Amino acid sequence: MELSEQIKTDISQNPIILYMKGTKEMPMCGFSNQVVQILTHYGVDYKDVNILEDPEIRTKLSEESGWPTIPQLFVKGKLIGGADIAMELHQKGELLDILDIS
Amino acid sequence: MEPNELKALIEKGITDAKVEVVDTTGTKDHFSAVVISKSFEKLSLVEQHQSVYKAVGAFMTKEVHALQLKTYTPKKWAEQNS
Repeated sequence: MELSEQIKTDISQNPIILYMKGTKEMPMCGFSNQVVQILTHYGVDYKDVNILEDPEIRTKLSEESGWPTIPQLFVKGKLIGGADIAMELHQKGELLDILDIS
Repeated sequence: MEPNELKALIEKGITDAKVEVVDTTGTKDHFSAVVISKSFEKLSLVEQHQSVYKAVGAFMTKEVHALQLKTYTPKKWAEQNS
């Protein structure tokens, strides 16, 4: 499958997916780590994609999402945002409703 | 990039914006910005950040490695500081 198709498929088929630097077990960037910590706090299951494994992922992903930086958090196929927005929604108490995919 | 250059870029893209930019690492490539604009009123949080990224344009991810953002409408900003 072509990379951009793969990205679209991953975003649509995983209820929560985080594009990040590193993995959820070993984040390689403070901003990615911040989102991992927030998601861990809520105990939700999610797919992580390490963009460092293939720099092309980042290029194609940003073309798809219109979002230039990493991390990028998607829920139910929709871009929620990066680390700042995840933190802001978390602090406002709005993130759990967004992550509630049951 | 100097914080003032980044400030000018955002102000050029979002004409009514009040912008504060801080160089968070002293290395002129990691910044944090507060942007206040009436144009954010009809936008979601994601769209507000996207409009700032659009203003920074091609500098984003090149000269600007990281840009921490806080966006407010004038109303939200007033609430925040009351």
